[in-house]
Amino acid sequence: MNAIILSAICGVIMMFCGAFIKNKSLHKYIAIAGLIAIIAANILESASGNSFFQFDIHDMLRMNSFNLFFITIAFGSTLIYFLLSGSEIEKVGEHVGEYFALIFFILCGIGLVATFNTLLMLFIGIEIISIPLYILTGSDKRNLKSNEAALKYFLMGAFSTGIMLMGIAFIYGGNPNASFYIDQIQVGMGNMPIMIAVGLLFLLISMSFKVSAAPFHFWTPDVYDGAPTVFTSFMSTIVKVAGFFAFIRLFEYAFGQMQDQWQRLIVVITIATLLIGNITAVFQQSVKRMLAYSSIAQAGFMLLALFALNDKAKEGLLLYSAAYCLATIGLFGILTKMEDYTIDGFNGLAKEQPLLGFAATVFLLSLTGVPLTAGFQSKFFMLMAAVQNGQQFWLVIAAVLFAAISAYYYFRVIQAIYFKDAAQKVINDISITMRFKVMLTIIVALIIIIGIYPEIIIGWMYR
Amino acid sequence: MDIKSYIALALTLFTIGIIGVLVRRNAIIIFMCVELMLNAVNLLLVAFSKMHALSTAAKASVNYASDAQIFVFFIMVVAAAEVSVGLAIIVMMYRNVHTVDVNFLNRLKN
Repeated sequence: MNAIILSAICGVIMMFCGAFIKNKSLHKYIAIAGLIAIIAANILESASGNSFFQFDIHDMLRMNSFNLFFITIAFGSTLIYFLLSGSEIEKVGEHVGEYFALIFFILCGIGLVATFNTLLMLFIGIEIISIPLYILTGSDKRNLKSNEAALKYFLMGAFSTGIMLMGIAFIYGGNPNASFYIDQIQVGMGNMPIMIAVGLLFLLISMSFKVSAAPFHFWTPDVYDGAPTVFTSFMSTIVKVAGFFAFIRLFEYAFGQMQDQWQRLIVVITIATLLIGNITAVFQQSVKRMLAYSSIAQAGFMLLALFALNDKAKEGLLLYSAAYCLATIGLFGILTKMEDYTIDGFNGLAKEQPLLGFAATVFLLSLTGVPLTAGFQSKFFMLMAAVQNGQQFWLVIAAVLFAAISAYYYFRVIQAIYFKDAAQKVINDISITMRFKVMLTIIVALIIIIGIYPEIIIGWMYR
Repeated sequence: MDIKSYIALALTLFTIGIIGVLVRRNAIIIFMCVELMLNAVNLLLVAFSKMHALSTAAKASVNYASDAQIFVFFIMVVAAAEVSVGLAIIVMMYRNVHTVDVNFLNRLKN
């Protein structure tokens, strides 16, 4: 509760800052201070179990240590994102305060989708996340690519919202309890009533849209490519992970008992996502577009948690969120400093900026899933969860094979960084500040620490 | 009237909306079709609400049947917020390219 209300308040404060404070870099410091306060309040809530705010919310939101901890991870990743790329946000346009305000509103929506207990809250949370994102995508107003991405994202997002609402209406109609509460949808083990089955299908399609799982991923590369790179970094990591959390929470509580009836659909979606994401990423020349496809491929791995739906899967999801957010935010942070976004643009980075080259290598290794990085542990937990589920063992083997394919396109960038010589200047030296280097070092350290001791994250969940 | 008629009507409106989104190339028309989809859902929710109110009024102590009607208000509010952002995006695009045809926007593909 703390996180949701305080981030909404912070958003309003940032809007006033945008109107009254002319100094651009001050906005960033206010935003960072506000975010630290929110995270502290959230940790306090998960430690004591009491919120600062006591409302009668009719059980529409339900907090427990698991989803409060997820909020901590998502907000913590946002803090790292602010510290690393905050100065890039200032370069996007005039209205810096508003960009931070929109990000705070998105964080409020993330708080809602992490804790929802009714379909109403799920819908509102998803919309609170989506609407500010449309604006952020189009924030580079003079750039035609940004315009196109915003329009495409908006039309696709509104379309999938319509499908989601149709699903909700059918579930409500088929539910004899006449209730939107997700724990009152279960109708026992037998065959589903037809209306609930239709509703489930609609919800599955719309949530796949939101988390860009195949075959509903086609908007992702265009939107991620067209949006300003700093905001791509935010929406391909924290927002996507929150979408997955909502997806899994919905299907666990609302349809968990009927899992054997929809599990095959998830298998198909998982395989298609892994296949399309990994195979298409191989052919990309632009690193930004390659990362867009790689985010589809990583979504395929996160879908394994939805397939397995056991305790290991939940632990794996938290680990995966942390590992994926850290590595991708770091990589996008480096990408914003590059002169040229193609893979050849990375040639000779290690000679010019050894620290940046090393950090980028660690991030790419983590995304591949090489041992001693956080990415390895998270993939390991996901696969273990799928094995423990006991069905469709071939899915695990396929996932491992696709992870091996992903090594090809990640290692191509590493090869460019270390083994090729730069034709022209790779990077704009002036923009590399000391703070940027320190932040990169911290992210690298976090990735390696989580890779060696995943218990840090897992243990926190069971406090 | 039977609930099936309402379901049929809502589904028809919804399908018209989906077909419009997929077929039409004018951004404003696509947008209107999305609104049509949302309004089909509103109609269906109100119909289901009435249906549940009639069937559960006698037996249930806790009655959620009016929840759906409140849900409809939320959908309207959210749709209004979405319209304001969406039209702003379309206007922004029109200023740059002087058209609202979505076929014009294929620069990102290559």
